Amino acid sequence: MTLNRRHLLTLLPLIGATGLGLGFARMLQGLTTGRFDPHAINNPLTHYAVPHFAPLSGLTSSSTPQDLSIPGFSYEELTTANQPILLNIWASWCLPCVEELPFLTNLAHRHTLPGAPPLTLWGMAYKDTPANAERILQRYGQPFQRLGIDDDGTTAIEWGVTGVPESFLILPGGRIVWHTSSSLTEDLYQTELLPLLHSAS
Amino acid sequence: MTHSFRLIASFTLCLICASTSYAVETPDEMLPNPILEAKAQSLGQQLRCLVCQNETIEDSSAPLARDLRHIVRQQLQQGHSPAEIKRWMTQHYGEFIHLKPSFSGVTIFLWLTPLLSLTLAYLLARPLWRRPAHIAEPLSEKEKLRLHNLIKKN
Repeated sequence: MTLNRRHLLTLLPLIGATGLGLGFARMLQGLTTGRFDPHAINNPLTHYAVPHFAPLSGLTSSSTPQDLSIPGFSYEELTTANQPILLNIWASWCLPCVEELPFLTNLAHRHTLPGAPPLTLWGMAYKDTPANAERILQRYGQPFQRLGIDDDGTTAIEWGVTGVPESFLILPGGRIVWHTSSSLTEDLYQTELLPLLHSAS
Repeated sequence: MTHSFRLIASFTLCLICASTSYAVETPDEMLPNPILEAKAQSLGQQLRCLVCQNETIEDSSAPLARDLRHIVRQQLQQGHSPAEIKRWMTQHYGEFIHLKPSFSGVTIFLWLTPLLSLTLAYLLARPLWRRPAHIAEPLSEKEKLRLHNLIKKN
């Protein structure tokens, strides 16, 4: 009887170590697919309403050298939109954001195809200038129907942004249902974003 | 790949930050009123820089930390109390902004984990301490007889 209990006790560290090992393996796998980010910060706005912010100007042909024109947006326009919006906060000077642009462009295209749940992409350029934003968008892809220039970063502070890129999913009515403080990847899109979009539509 | 970029960038930033004790880089960042400035510095020492993540906003040279230092000073000048400013920060960045988290329903496990794990360790170890020293059973009549015979033989 005591012998059995002793055996069980000696097994305990082994079971613990196996559990830890499996956990670490999962974390490592999540790191490579983008599902797990140890530096991720939970945005307190998730599951709450869009914060109030001053209207953001977009790109106008007079502000951009190559005449790319994308309208800006206001709090009212964001909260009264009739389909889900993926708000991507990015910057032309941020390498991961630029890396993310081709995927976002692909995503925007995917959601124009018949059968896909509705989704539009809006952008907010953090501490950026219209000319630089235009240059990067023309070179790496332009997924945004609206683009607000947050030149001094005050709007991003209203949203609790800690580092670009970040993305928010906003449902009609202006409720934030999802947030990521890392780059959007195919894996994140398939496992987290798409199910939300299917249940929303 | 983007993660490693963030890691390298924040590591570099932290290295830069580590070389200076205070990152209030230019004197014009400081408030002219020394009492308010002292308040701002003590408040900034309690807030986490969300870029470096293990530094105060007062110590960090990250642009976001500079913006937050500016907001702290602006709100102090507008007459807000440090408690109000902390509440504003929590609303925008969550509990994580506090280097010393508050004791609440959300953070109760964070604070109680040391106590819980010590209790668990005690409960696990107790049977080992409490186990009585092995007491030999008294000899049976048969054994006593055998022992007696053995002694007698000598």
